[in-house]
Amino acid sequence: MNSLGMNILSLFTRKSTAPVARERLQILLSHERSTSCNVGLIALLQKEVLEALAKHIEIDPDKVQIKMERRKDVSLLEIDVEIPIPATDKPSSVASKISSRPRRTGQAA
Amino acid sequence: MAEVLVVTSGKGGVGKTTSTAALGAALAQAGQKVAVVDFDVGLRNLDLVMGAERRVVYDLINVANGEARLNQALIRDKRIDTLHLLAASQTRDKDALTEEGVRRVIGELRERFDWVICDSPAGIERGAQLAMRYADLAVVVANPEVSSVRDSDRIIGLLDSKTERAENGGHMEKHLLLTRYDAARAGRGEMLSVEDVLEILSIPLLGIIPESEEVLRASNVGSPVTLNNATSAPARAYLDAARRLCGEDVPMSIPMQKKNLFDRLFGRRAA
Repeated sequence: MNSLGMNILSLFTRKSTAPVARERLQILLSHERSTSCNVGLIALLQKEVLEALAKHIEIDPDKVQIKMERRKDVSLLEIDVEIPIPATDKPSSVASKISSRPRRTGQAA
Repeated sequence: MAEVLVVTSGKGGVGKTTSTAALGAALAQAGQKVAVVDFDVGLRNLDLVMGAERRVVYDLINVANGEARLNQALIRDKRIDTLHLLAASQTRDKDALTEEGVRRVIGELRERFDWVICDSPAGIERGAQLAMRYADLAVVVANPEVSSVRDSDRIIGLLDSKTERAENGGHMEKHLLLTRYDAARAGRGEMLSVEDVLEILSIPLLGIIPESEEVLRASNVGSPVTLNNATSAPARAYLDAARRLCGEDVPMSIPMQKKNLFDRLFGRRAA
């Protein structure tokens, strides 16, 4: 159908809503699929990372953050562990600067 | 070799029980030995839709807990000899059903029937997970509507992770049954089309059941729609879907209701 035909037709028909529904679903589900299926995995990782770290260093369980993000080609696993600075180190200005930001495990290890 | 099929959807009210009754009856009409099992503990309705509500003595929980034998609880359909119903309990709590009990009942049903069709409760909790737990394949019932499609996507995720088959590394066969479909509205862009839903859910299509007054008419009198009016549009769609389940290659179409003068005059009132 040509565009003139569509214009005339649109005078008599309401705007299609199905394409809106389809687009909303596609966006929503691509997000939900990436998060919902990882909920169990993240909880398990959180538990096991905590256990592994607790053997060697004293940490606050609430200061271990694990996130998984699905990008276009790869998934990104992010583990943030905040390690308290021992009391003896506190006067150091460098240490206090670092302690104000969570460290990545890579740096902490 | 029996096939255990779960009819599931996530969302309530999309036609799981109607579809369980219709597919079960359609398979039995084709000569298969069929047991339909209601897993909706506390809110049973498959007995009512199949017209057997006054014949329920023992139920799934009684058998699962060893309080009754399977033979005592199975209700043979009065219209088709090869169709049987195992009702859900109406009075017990849903927690009365154990995974072990369900495994045993399904195992026993497997030995006696060609098809065991499990009618899942709505939701994604324990009841729905028990209904799908020992299934070989699933029929995902969805309406062409955003909330139903979203919930179907969740259920597909559960089928691929929480079933025994999936946990053992097997492939869970899943089929989409699109119900309450209105081809005219989809054509005008007022309703998600078959193609839209298939593209979003990406599982194979088992059938398209058109929106029809016949479905309510059949449940009013307690008869699966394929038995109540086998030539009606939804009945033909269910009969085709049942043939596809049996491996037949049936061309996909959306059966249409042909309205005659009588239907036009009285159809609306009768429904």
